[in-house]
Amino acid sequence: MTAPDLDASPDRPTSARWVEEALREHDAQTAGEATRFEHRGSPQPPPGSVREELVLERIDRARRARPRVKEDRITMSHGAGGKATQTLIEALFLDAFRNPVLEPLEDAARLHVNGTQVAMTTDSYVVSPLFFPGGDIGDLAVNGTVNDLSMAGATPLFLSAGFILEEGFGVADLARIATSMQAAARRAGVQVVTGDTKVVEKGKADGCYINTAGIGVIEHSIDLGVARAQAGDVIMVSGPIGDHGITIMLARGELDIEADIFSDTAPLNGMVADLLTAAPGVRALRDATRGGVATILNEIAAAAGVGVVVSEEDIPVRAEVRGASELLGIDPMYVACEGRLVAVVSPEDADNALAALRAHPLGERAAVIGTVTAEPPGIVQLKTAFGGTRIVDLLVGDPLPRIC
Amino acid sequence: MKFVDEFRDADKAHALAARIAALCEPGRQYKLMEVCGGHTHTIYKHGLEDYLPEQVTLVHGPGCPVCVIPMGRVDDAMALASDPDVIMTSFGDMMRVPGSNGSFFDAKARGTDIRMVYSPLDSLKIARQNPDKRVVFMAIGFETTAPSTAMTVLRAAAEGLTNFSIFCNHVTIIPAIKAILDSPDLRLDGFIGPGHVSTVIGCRPYEFIARDYGKPVVVAGFEPLDILQSIYMLMLQLANGQASIENQYSRVVPWDGNTVALRAIGQTMELRPYFEWRGLGFISHSALKVRDSYARFDAENLFSVPGVRVADPKACQCGEVLKGVLKPWECKVFGTACTPETPIGTCMVSPEGACAAYYNYGRLTRHRVREATTS
Repeated sequence: MTAPDLDASPDRPTSARWVEEALREHDAQTAGEATRFEHRGSPQPPPGSVREELVLERIDRARRARPRVKEDRITMSHGAGGKATQTLIEALFLDAFRNPVLEPLEDAARLHVNGTQVAMTTDSYVVSPLFFPGGDIGDLAVNGTVNDLSMAGATPLFLSAGFILEEGFGVADLARIATSMQAAARRAGVQVVTGDTKVVEKGKADGCYINTAGIGVIEHSIDLGVARAQAGDVIMVSGPIGDHGITIMLARGELDIEADIFSDTAPLNGMVADLLTAAPGVRALRDATRGGVATILNEIAAAAGVGVVVSEEDIPVRAEVRGASELLGIDPMYVACEGRLVAVVSPEDADNALAALRAHPLGERAAVIGTVTAEPPGIVQLKTAFGGTRIVDLLVGDPLPRIC
Repeated sequence: MKFVDEFRDADKAHALAARIAALCEPGRQYKLMEVCGGHTHTIYKHGLEDYLPEQVTLVHGPGCPVCVIPMGRVDDAMALASDPDVIMTSFGDMMRVPGSNGSFFDAKARGTDIRMVYSPLDSLKIARQNPDKRVVFMAIGFETTAPSTAMTVLRAAAEGLTNFSIFCNHVTIIPAIKAILDSPDLRLDGFIGPGHVSTVIGCRPYEFIARDYGKPVVVAGFEPLDILQSIYMLMLQLANGQASIENQYSRVVPWDGNTVALRAIGQTMELRPYFEWRGLGFISHSALKVRDSYARFDAENLFSVPGVRVADPKACQCGEVLKGVLKPWECKVFGTACTPETPIGTCMVSPEGACAAYYNYGRLTRHRVREATTS
């Protein structure tokens, strides 16, 4: 290596400000560590395995530290459903709006109105392309909000629809979207009862964006929430994962890959009603949208302070989705679904729950994919089909922008 | 799935693991480097290290194309892209690599026109569609991607495009391996050779590693059984006191490489006297630039590139990790100051980097894994 002397060089290199800040933070975090050993009367460095444990502990502390948005500007990764999205929500929105209803950050808020339990949620849809195999932005906007209510165990009743339209957008396309929304609403047994329309100049939006909000009632006493997961609980998915995300990616036509796959967008309220009737031991439900099943599993592990172990062989993935994922270097565990749920169920009710899912047309390929463990808390592990083990972490970055 | 599942068969893996364990001499430690980031990714994605005896350690090498790009080059690229006439195009995995003022993603959020492409040829399409703009392709990678950049330049020349150029950051693998072999604190016993690079350069360029340094090399494929078999082949050589170059990935890698691809590279690019590598410093003759005869496609010739130099932070121990002296978690800032979201060092930048792979997939001691998965 012929390395010029960096410090003596006339064009002395600069350093990056953000790096120096990160290092200062690190020093503050680890300041107490050296003295901890001296207190134990051991001047020798501890053996390798102990040191590795210490490093892992330090990382756990760093990960639990108060989230902070480090970027000056919003990037695409803030919308990808991974770590950056979570940080943005917790550091900025939760901080601004903090209240006990919002705080659990579940898919829908649970409200008590005159003795009735009401669930409320909202979601915006910016998918590109607007029309794709198996659906379009219209049924996606209805199903997504219906599903967020369903995951709270609510019976969805009423939806709002807000449209942001770009100047020049085709009226025929808008009519097609509205028709598709109405069909989806009828299928889910809900009504669109209020709405709003805005138009922005050409170039200020991409055709059509939709926001829907929904309310529903909770008519049973089952307390659902990812924080309720306990060691021994069983984790299941309601069908093959990743169909929607891969469909959208291929539908953009940038990859020159064709496959016979369709979005799985569907309303899950019917299946959830059957599930909760058959298996009151359901502890948590989540629909695996942005960030995919991997993100849900991490939410379970983090919220309940438990470990999650899933088995790659047991996770249903269609051959077409698996093939496209292999080609693109994507892990289907992180790819969005729009009609699949992840359920955490008490061991006693696991068989009933699986049978109820499989009895519903949307859950024919439901499968148990893993279990909740006491240790190690906060970490999701995957037993690979090859016979090894690895961690499944929250996604960093954004492999698939604007899928919903 | 055909052509995939055969290479991920757990029974065959168990059989190979038993043979590897049987080859370990009592009391001897084995450190094998997989040079290529693609191998690192496979190893972690499939949990391959669970099959290895405690005596065998894998060291994750410098073969991740985005990891080795120094911050200064990212800053230079951003300076180019900030010209309002310029559309910068880049592979997706380059988008997250931070310079001293953030990544391409951050620059995009500030309004710079940076577009993600899946192939350098897509840049030509953008150039044709935007005749009033100047399209610059951020060319990165080893000999694996250099041929497609070369073919793109040749295509642009054939079409007579005048608004397309490349910002060339192509690097070559052999000088980096040599730099690692020459480091005084080297602790490696053998190399798992880079499969994709070798499809282009073949196996001959590695011969000096066996001849001059006495270390075995096995060029390996990218499925987990490929890697496990290559480890077995290395262990067999070590047990027999051999050091030679073997090709495990013969279904793809020809011994003499791909002469058409090499010719295209040679026609359009030449070696730079030296190039800075993140984590490894300056290495002689380790990178490619556009040949003078194609200077009209060379962004470094067409634009004034500031030539920013950003020092690797002193706390960063990527060099030691790359040489196998430290494990990723032994670096002082691993996982606290340096994480996949804010990667300070090269090894944390892409999922193929040693530290990022360890952070994302392996962040547990084997002891803890066993406890959790066997209970």
